[in-house]
Amino acid sequence: MKNLKLTFIVLLVLHSFVSCKNDMKNKTSNELTTYYCPMKCETNKTYKKSGSCPVCKMDLIAHTREASKRLVEGEISDESIFHLTSLWNTEEGKTIQLEDLKGKTLVMVMIYTTCKAACPRLVADMRNIQAQIPKSNLGNLRFVLVSIDPKNDTPKRLKEFAIENKMDEEQWIFLQGTESGVRELANVLAVKYKEISPIDFSHSNIISVFNMGGELIHQQEGLGVDNKETIQTILELTTKN
Amino acid sequence: MALIKGGTYTPLYGRDSLKVTVADFKMDVYLVTNKQFLEFIKKNPKWKRSRIKKLFADKNYLINWKSDIELGDHQSLNAPITNVSWFVAKDYCKNQGKRLPTIDEWEYVAMANKTLPDARQLKTYNEYILSWYEKPKTFNNEIGSTFKNYWNVYDLHGLVWEWTLDFNSVLISGESRKDVDKDSNLFCGSAAIGVTNLMNYAAFMRYAIRGSIKAKYALKTLGFRCVKTISN
Repeated sequence: MKNLKLTFIVLLVLHSFVSCKNDMKNKTSNELTTYYCPMKCETNKTYKKSGSCPVCKMDLIAHTREASKRLVEGEISDESIFHLTSLWNTEEGKTIQLEDLKGKTLVMVMIYTTCKAACPRLVADMRNIQAQIPKSNLGNLRFVLVSIDPKNDTPKRLKEFAIENKMDEEQWIFLQGTESGVRELANVLAVKYKEISPIDFSHSNIISVFNMGGELIHQQEGLGVDNKETIQTILELTTKN
Repeated sequence: MALIKGGTYTPLYGRDSLKVTVADFKMDVYLVTNKQFLEFIKKNPKWKRSRIKKLFADKNYLINWKSDIELGDHQSLNAPITNVSWFVAKDYCKNQGKRLPTIDEWEYVAMANKTLPDARQLKTYNEYILSWYEKPKTFNNEIGSTFKNYWNVYDLHGLVWEWTLDFNSVLISGESRKDVDKDSNLFCGSAAIGVTNLMNYAAFMRYAIRGSIKAKYALKTLGFRCVKTISN
């Protein structure tokens, strides 16, 4: 029965992909969709046809103009996390606002690097999710790990953590915020946390998925839980655009 | 503002060390009123009911107001503002050069009665709070209508619940969103947090509320006041 259900879902998804493509063809306008290289080998160059990047040979990613137009105009919805204006330091030492991540599907989790219990498992959950996303979708995707311990998790520490955990590629972003910025973001994600000692925190284990406009689409709670739905959501979000 | 002399106390939910130390700070004597909030809204149109982003407040935000800048018919100018979300409360205080109190700070001040800084062991103290829980619609009462406590602060008990800066640090097993065994799935290290005095039912209620609300909730029975750090 379960197999049947699964087959059905797979067929349905396949069908929706196929019909998507048909829709695009029906519009007969290549103008609507442009393609770009996930590695941005030729910076921001876009291509009219799907295929692979002439430089690195990676599959090009489709980008509908409608979506890009909406984002260029800066219209983000009422529920977008991009309304949060606090500043964050990345593990690369850059200072950003969440809005700078606009245009990417975001998979977000709150951790702290000295955590011995749940965080390694949460980080493993994130890696498991990443491992199941096809390479061609990764360009549209950012995995964001936000520290709830901004005092200890400096950009330098976060960078070390990224390297130790083999999460140093472009799609991984580590953020150090201010205490109030972290509290605010946690509230948006409905993540609860409490400092129990200077190096230990209690916290909820929640992985959140946002669309490219910063709207919360899906949350996965708990450790080592079935991540099928999360992956499905990410695939839908990163394939559509 | 009232000066609160810091100290050490054992909150209902302790950290590992159980005792919590609070530094000196200043606290608003009264809750923020409808009148004060109305003035704030006029100067900060982004928080008007028609303008506020859904991210920052649910549909109950200022729900009883007649318009963006008019109170409801039965709302007194001097009653505490309620139906506001954490985001707005936080910004209100920031605008005044203040901030929301932490749970520890708020609880520290609120354990006082008229004469003692810590009256939690007194039967009358707990009975007073519990009798408030039974009274309907106290959010319509005006500020200053309950008692002035040891620290010269009014209405910590008796009118409304209050937002705290770190309300989302309350991790109670079987927390609002998922009923799981103590620390099995959702929380890391939450076993370290337990009730120190189960008899303190009144405080338990407050922590339960904090554990169950989200920052965008705008509840009719939830207001706020601000505090200020004392810089040396």
